[in-house]
Amino acid sequence: MRLRLDDYDRSVLNGEHGDGAKVAMRILTGFSDAIGAEHLLDISGAHVDGCLYHGQVSLDFVERLVAGGGRVRVPTTLNVGTLDLIHPELMLMAPEAQAAPRRLMKVHERLGCVPSFTCAPYQTLFRPVFGQQVAWGESNAIVFANSVIGARTNRYGDFIDLCCAMTGRAPAWGLHLDHNRLGQILFRLVDFPVSLEPSDSLYVAVGLLVGAKCADRIPVIHGLPAPRDEDQLKALGAAASSAGAVGLFHAVGISPEAPSLNSAFGGRAPETVIDLTPADIAGALRTLSTVPDGSPITAICLGTPHFSRAEWDRFLPMLRRIAPRRGIPIYVNTGRATLEGLEKDGLLDGLDGFDLVVVADTCTYVTAILRRFDGVVMTNSGKWAHYAPGNIGVQVAFGELEDCLASAATGLIVRGAR
Amino acid sequence: MSRVGTFHAVGAADAFALMLAEPLSFWGGVDVETGTIIDRSHPDLGKTITGRVLVMPSGRGSSSSASVLAEMIRRKIGPVGIVLARADPILTVACLVAQTLYGLHCPIVVCPIDGIGSGDRVQISSAPDGGALVDTSRSA
Repeated sequence: MRLRLDDYDRSVLNGEHGDGAKVAMRILTGFSDAIGAEHLLDISGAHVDGCLYHGQVSLDFVERLVAGGGRVRVPTTLNVGTLDLIHPELMLMAPEAQAAPRRLMKVHERLGCVPSFTCAPYQTLFRPVFGQQVAWGESNAIVFANSVIGARTNRYGDFIDLCCAMTGRAPAWGLHLDHNRLGQILFRLVDFPVSLEPSDSLYVAVGLLVGAKCADRIPVIHGLPAPRDEDQLKALGAAASSAGAVGLFHAVGISPEAPSLNSAFGGRAPETVIDLTPADIAGALRTLSTVPDGSPITAICLGTPHFSRAEWDRFLPMLRRIAPRRGIPIYVNTGRATLEGLEKDGLLDGLDGFDLVVVADTCTYVTAILRRFDGVVMTNSGKWAHYAPGNIGVQVAFGELEDCLASAATGLIVRGAR
Repeated sequence: MSRVGTFHAVGAADAFALMLAEPLSFWGGVDVETGTIIDRSHPDLGKTITGRVLVMPSGRGSSSSASVLAEMIRRKIGPVGIVLARADPILTVACLVAQTLYGLHCPIVVCPIDGIGSGDRVQISSAPDGGALVDTSRSA
């Protein structure tokens, strides 16, 4: 074993902090050894992606930690679960099939986790700050924390994110360490007009192309227009981490660790340079839609990753203006804390007739909420479009937010709405 | 033939090898009810990993593979051992979880895998120094 443990680590492993912490430390040290880490480091936050029910083992693991008197040692948020606990009437699952997934979500609270149930913990009070060491699960959250905020996490996931939270430790390895965060592969946007508009589609397409082409190397993107808001960077990261194993990207002049091209690469030359042209962008967007324009649609799905307050503030006036009334449901996934804010401000009042369906705590592509799986769903999310056909078997069309609403109003996929 | 390797999850096994030419993602790649490879892009599509010593270059894909492998071990339809050319933290976590929760040992050994073929008998055992021994023999 190359891994060197300190006195605290050994005391946890010896059971001095209880059986739950001991179990977590045993798995964490096994993991750390497998990746070749030399020691562990302190973290000050965690985000646990353990609430999606993958089988009995999901529940047995958390219940074992609870039975061992376990508590998380650092503030820990929870990712989406299988159920919308705020709107149980939306779940189209037999009640008996909901029992174990519900228990899994609730039992995490007994470890002291915050019941945030969101894939966008960076939209909550628990958003980390630049340079903060954390252990996060959920691919979009990981890439957002590293790239947009400049916090530090590796790509954690099943079981191990919770082991880090229970011990307050993570392996000193990978993206936790300065020298592993420099860019390796350069993506240049070329042949675009000088006044390139920061459309949502552009960010999604760049994310998909970068994810598909960078493998496990750290991409640096040069030539992106300044984004309208951080939600466009959220969409880029979510697309990149759907199409590939991206945990960190740098966008020159935009993201915090890339004030210049030179600083993003730490003065070194890129290993590879890849040019992205308008034709590449168009091609990537085409692959996201499985049906031609003009096809009838049966639903709209927005908010993957969870809709931020800023996205709601753009969306709601658009919804009132376009006023779709064809009975095509418009599902919007969002965090329960964001929903609470909207309700407090009365922003969801007076929307009857538009068939707006607000979904919290989960996401429409991982569970049984959509009323129909046999039709075409339109989305403004590259991540939703990437995963939904495989996960829930729907046909999908990708489009700008405004085009999604215009399509809901006509019943057919339309583009170029203004 | 005898190889020396490193245990990433301890245990013993004696079973026939299933050698995969390409890394396999358990999440989306294996049917958790039947133990059959269902990834349509994988060259070993349709083969069953239940009861075999799985031999492959490395793991691949989503961290959800850890839950899928741990659940397969719990249901006793998983592999009985895994031999990898390169370490894989996700598969390691799965085997450590199954060991901790259920006392079920699916050892993971990292060692050179050249020359191991599907159907070879593979025996995984512990060396006196705590290292892993992987003995292989061609099946008759």
